[in-house]
Amino acid sequence: MVHTLFNHHSVDEIASLRGLYTKAYRLMLLARILDEKFASLYRMGKIHGGVFLGRGQEALSVAVGLALRKGDIFAPLIRDTAGRLAFGEPVLDAVRTYLGSPLGPMRARDGNVHRGRPREGLLVMISHLGAMIAVVNGALFANRMKGIKGTVGAACIGDGGTSTGAFHEAVNQAAVEKLPLVLIVADNHYAYSTPTERQFACASLVDKVAGYGIEGKAVDGTDLGACLEVLGEAVSRARDGAGPQMIVARLLRLCGHGEHDDASYVDPALKNSPLGRDCLKVAEAYLLAHGWADGGALAAWREEAAQQVETCVAKVQREPGPDPYKEDWCALASKHLSEGYEPASGQ
Amino acid sequence: MSITYLDAIREAQARALQEDPRVFIYGQDVGSFGGAFKATKNLAQTFPGRVIDSPISEDAMLGLAVGAAIQGMRPIIEIQFADFSTPGFNQIVNQAATLHWRTRVPCPITVRLPCGGTSGSGPFHSQSMEAIYAHYPGLVVMTPATVEDAYSMLLEAVAIDDPVIFCEHKYLYYHLKAERLPDEAMPTGKARIARPGRDMTLVAYSAMLHEALAVAEELASEGTEIEVVDLRSVKPLDTDTVIASVARTGRLLCVGEAWPWGGVTAEVIARVATEGFALLDAPPQRLNAKDTPVPYHPNLWAVHRPTARSIAAAARRLLRS
Repeated sequence: MVHTLFNHHSVDEIASLRGLYTKAYRLMLLARILDEKFASLYRMGKIHGGVFLGRGQEALSVAVGLALRKGDIFAPLIRDTAGRLAFGEPVLDAVRTYLGSPLGPMRARDGNVHRGRPREGLLVMISHLGAMIAVVNGALFANRMKGIKGTVGAACIGDGGTSTGAFHEAVNQAAVEKLPLVLIVADNHYAYSTPTERQFACASLVDKVAGYGIEGKAVDGTDLGACLEVLGEAVSRARDGAGPQMIVARLLRLCGHGEHDDASYVDPALKNSPLGRDCLKVAEAYLLAHGWADGGALAAWREEAAQQVETCVAKVQREPGPDPYKEDWCALASKHLSEGYEPASGQ
Repeated sequence: MSITYLDAIREAQARALQEDPRVFIYGQDVGSFGGAFKATKNLAQTFPGRVIDSPISEDAMLGLAVGAAIQGMRPIIEIQFADFSTPGFNQIVNQAATLHWRTRVPCPITVRLPCGGTSGSGPFHSQSMEAIYAHYPGLVVMTPATVEDAYSMLLEAVAIDDPVIFCEHKYLYYHLKAERLPDEAMPTGKARIARPGRDMTLVAYSAMLHEALAVAEELASEGTEIEVVDLRSVKPLDTDTVIASVARTGRLLCVGEAWPWGGVTAEVIARVATEGFALLDAPPQRLNAKDTPVPYHPNLWAVHRPTARSIAAAARRLLRS
């Protein structure tokens, strides 16, 4: 835990910790503000389709993104705005995808959380849970065949996703191949509305790890310091050749499954438990308690993040939507093999 | 020298591995064992570290292929039997088939599906899956019927920047032989006139081509000239060649080993009826397997799928109409 490290470490180490913690907090803040903007645009009817927020999961998510580096592979899930930003996804990519701009990485062909830059290691999720883990495996497998050393792949999933066959197959595959996979399970206690007791029967999802023959660890997902430490260690172990790692973070989703969902099914006792803490507020209190930031700094950071988001949204709102008559309507890369392919009018 | 359809598949993979360092093979028992059908025999020994046994996890096998393709590799995935592609279906149709359209990153994976019926194989080792994959955008579906096509189309499958479902018919593995491997090939997307004729067009693909050719031979002795079209790939489907043939003959019978509902034969007939209705002298006909699971016993299996006998009967009915 960071607070214990703080008590026992040198001045240089404390400065480094302070730098990491502060950077993480500011990314969490940016993610929270960006998510809130999407929620607001959704309520205004400016977003087609769903909006999915990471509220309450930012500490875990940012720790994943910050533990990775260029050349690594990252398969985020629906509540990973913070991790995406930490990994280097531009705010503009997120805004353009949510608002359906053809200038975005998905060109309005796919929306909301279905975005990424596969060539830069940021994989684009499909909606089928568990399906991205094997894709991360494949990228790591390819890197090994190509002689690329020292890369790590991270895949995020929730408690519900651990019930899929794809999850089991891919975790087993990573273990058999001893791939540098870090699997992050956000156990947020509800898969949409289904509580964990209807999802699995083991006491904790960490109990599953031994069965796969891989290393696993639990972490308090509301504690940014703990998340940074545990994720940092897991990614280092994977990078050093220790094989797949699984991290299970206990936390609570502080919003609905999507913005269409009021989450009325969440047990009030859970909300009032330590799991129901808002990780952003916990981190804020930590910064203030350690004198790493004061109220003025926090307000300035918030203002800067809000400005960044507003600037991006204003820019994208001026961009035209996709033109169906300029679409090539061709699913294949090999256009000559495409059936019914007709060049766009005017070409 | 005599080369079987199975040899051609093995030789094509050996050549792909030899010529392109991005190619690797991943599948159940494909390593030192050489595959359930020996389609990868000796390849693991010749290309160490590039012909790799997978766990029995079709979803993860295909997911891994997509991830490797994103990193620039060209994986060949051997599914032990086409029937077992269903646990990996999601990765094929939702992950691989949508990747390029969504992200502009190509997904050059080849999925080898040993398909079709053989005597005694029963409901779960006999299926023909081409129609269900052809239904999804973003996939190329090849159905080679000759030794030459098995070789050249598999090489082309590996070279194509899209996911290719390569339906290789198990019945042809040992039954079909050629003198040598081809030096040149027709491109994918072009159907082939396997036998010219003027009285009727008989469209077939995969193992049914050989049943169709036998029927053409049989009816030739009765003075009827049947033109046999080998589709070669069902997606893309070469509608032009089929319609040009129907323009010559005025009659169409389309044969497929797969189930009838919504399949390749239905697609061919729909296209000819839509685009070439005036060319037809009689209602177009089709013949498929019966709409039940594939039966185990040879007596039942022989009647379940189209054979030269049932195709000949259908052809005679069509010629009389």
